[in-house]
Amino acid sequence: MTTQTVLAAAGGVSGGEEVTFWILAPLALLGAIGMIAARNAVHSALWLVLTMLCLGVFYVLQAGPFIGMVQIIVYTGAIMMLFLFVLMLVGRDASDSLIETLRGQRVAAVVLGLGFAGLVGGGLYRGLGGVSAVGLEQANAEGNVQGIARLLFTKYVFAFELTSALLITAAVGAMVLAHIERRREDKMDQIATMKARFAPGNYPGPKPGPGVFATSSSVATPARLPDGRLTERSIPEILPARELTAEETTLKGTDR
Amino acid sequence: MNAVYLAQDPTLADFGKDPWWLVLIKVLFAFVFGLLATLLGVWFERRVVGYMQVRPGPNQVGPFGLLQTLADGLKMAFKEDILPKAADKVVYFFAPVISVVCAVTALSVIPFGPMVSIFGHRTPLQVTDVPVAVLVLLACSSLAVYGIVLGGWASGSTYPLLGGLRSSAQMISYEVAMGLSIVAVFMTAGTMSTSGIVAAQGDATRFTIAGVEVPAPGWYAILLLPSFIIFFIATVGETNRAPFDLPEAESELVAGFMTEYSSLKFALFMLSEYVAMVTMSAVTTTLFLGGWRAPWPITLWADANTGWWPMLWFFGKVLALVFVFVWLRGTLPRLRYDQFMRFGWKVLLPINLVWILVLAGLRSIEGWQTRDRLLATGLGAGVLLLVTLLWPSRKKEPRPTLQEQVNSRPHGSFPLPPMDLQVPPSPRTKRVVAEREPANIAAGSDSREV
Repeated sequence: MTTQTVLAAAGGVSGGEEVTFWILAPLALLGAIGMIAARNAVHSALWLVLTMLCLGVFYVLQAGPFIGMVQIIVYTGAIMMLFLFVLMLVGRDASDSLIETLRGQRVAAVVLGLGFAGLVGGGLYRGLGGVSAVGLEQANAEGNVQGIARLLFTKYVFAFELTSALLITAAVGAMVLAHIERRREDKMDQIATMKARFAPGNYPGPKPGPGVFATSSSVATPARLPDGRLTERSIPEILPARELTAEETTLKGTDR
Repeated sequence: MNAVYLAQDPTLADFGKDPWWLVLIKVLFAFVFGLLATLLGVWFERRVVGYMQVRPGPNQVGPFGLLQTLADGLKMAFKEDILPKAADKVVYFFAPVISVVCAVTALSVIPFGPMVSIFGHRTPLQVTDVPVAVLVLLACSSLAVYGIVLGGWASGSTYPLLGGLRSSAQMISYEVAMGLSIVAVFMTAGTMSTSGIVAAQGDATRFTIAGVEVPAPGWYAILLLPSFIIFFIATVGETNRAPFDLPEAESELVAGFMTEYSSLKFALFMLSEYVAMVTMSAVTTTLFLGGWRAPWPITLWADANTGWWPMLWFFGKVLALVFVFVWLRGTLPRLRYDQFMRFGWKVLLPINLVWILVLAGLRSIEGWQTRDRLLATGLGAGVLLLVTLLWPSRKKEPRPTLQEQVNSRPHGSFPLPPMDLQVPPSPRTKRVVAEREPANIAAGSDSREV
């Protein structure tokens, strides 16, 4: 057993633990306050990440290395990353508006929040101030990971499986609601696309531009199809497709 | 001999007893290892890729061009540091720092060697080890995503943002495959501490075949081959290396998340990428390739796994894996994004789950009697065989011939050339034929004049 566990079991606080606590606890608080105070949604998420990282280290200090690492991997690494993902998709300039819809609501919220925090903190301090931890050594007897595994897969296995079933149902449900799958028949593969391209009624090549295959380079001169017909598609819609008159095609006397 | 081995293996109890100066030396060593590995790694990669592409690669600065990276690094430091106007300044500054810190931190739980004596102190060649060391590695790699994502977001421009988004999706997906392949290692080793996993790969079971004692391989790369393959693919995805370098795909996103970065900040991103590559190679070595333990022919020498020698074997294995990384980059084209995601979620993940199930089944019947065990495996294999035999196969419709397809085209379709069209050979082809034909009859020197 590591010295850490033994110390924690005995209720003692080592010097290193105290130093770490007094460095990280203000940081965790700062992160919590920053998360609420930050105007930018991404900054807010980053402050929360700071708090979560500090909590992870606290768990490790309290002889729970597994839960500490899981806190960092799952909460900080995966869940907050998904949050960030969504926030970044929403746009980087998405900030809170500071217009109060209910007058005095913000002040009231701050006062109530502080009061609630004071009540909980005071209650916890009075309740747990003189209590020393018991049973940690027994719980961690075979090692922290093994202890958690034993509980998860024996005593709480049913609750654990139910939770996982619930989460999977939620994930599948979200996917069913959000995911639009095209039917197999509607998907055109490369062969089908090519067949449609060469089907009768569809011209497979690039369309001729106006003035091409014609005697003039004017936009008003329609292109000719390979069989000599004029094509309506090559000129703007307001212009009628017509042959040039004999007068128009005769030489203007400028070549002399 | 076996007793010597065991005495060399550090256990969890051996950690946390070093004096402060020894801790400092170890931390400094791991850090310098990361930096040196980057300096040499960039050079190594450029030389190897150069060799594969039949060109010399950097060969001017220093012997064999060894100092090229150093020169590049110095040049990078003196470049102008450009801060985009739309950038989020604080986050923009912290992103590369997060990347580097996470990449280097992971090195602290890598075992470089067994117990050695440093200035009279017997200490393991590893900065530290905890009961959840492998989870520390996972945590580092999952936090490293922040560097890339925030760098992409804070740049305030489009391509970096796209690169950042891609990388967050990519790393989260591939971390799942990675974590699942480590589960098999946990199940076999029975521990999560890196030194414990290395020790577990050492004590191989010994078979006696015809009076000769043959050690069965203890490496998890062999025992857990599917896990090893999936893990290595996932590490390539985790480190954003080709063919999975979608976050910085040059042809699509300029340089991805680091498009706007310049000077030292860019250098930090570069550093973190290479440190991550080396760290991931070291992790793969530790988890699957026996860590610092010597491979088989060297183990015939009794002292192979004692003292400082194992560090050499460790570096050799890491170098081999880094070579594979470079080899992949030199060989494979980049995947399309949807192919990449489908590969991760629909191929790697299900295979991994089934493999873990099979492994768990095999482990749970380990304690049974031989007859029951054979019966259970035979039953399982038989059911699998029956299912594959009786699996309804979709009957393929006979494909119509080309002439039938042509005949079935509707009236007015695009005209086709006749099916029996003989294309006359081009004059150029004729000439080549004329030149080559006489060589076959071995006519003489005058046949070359055609």
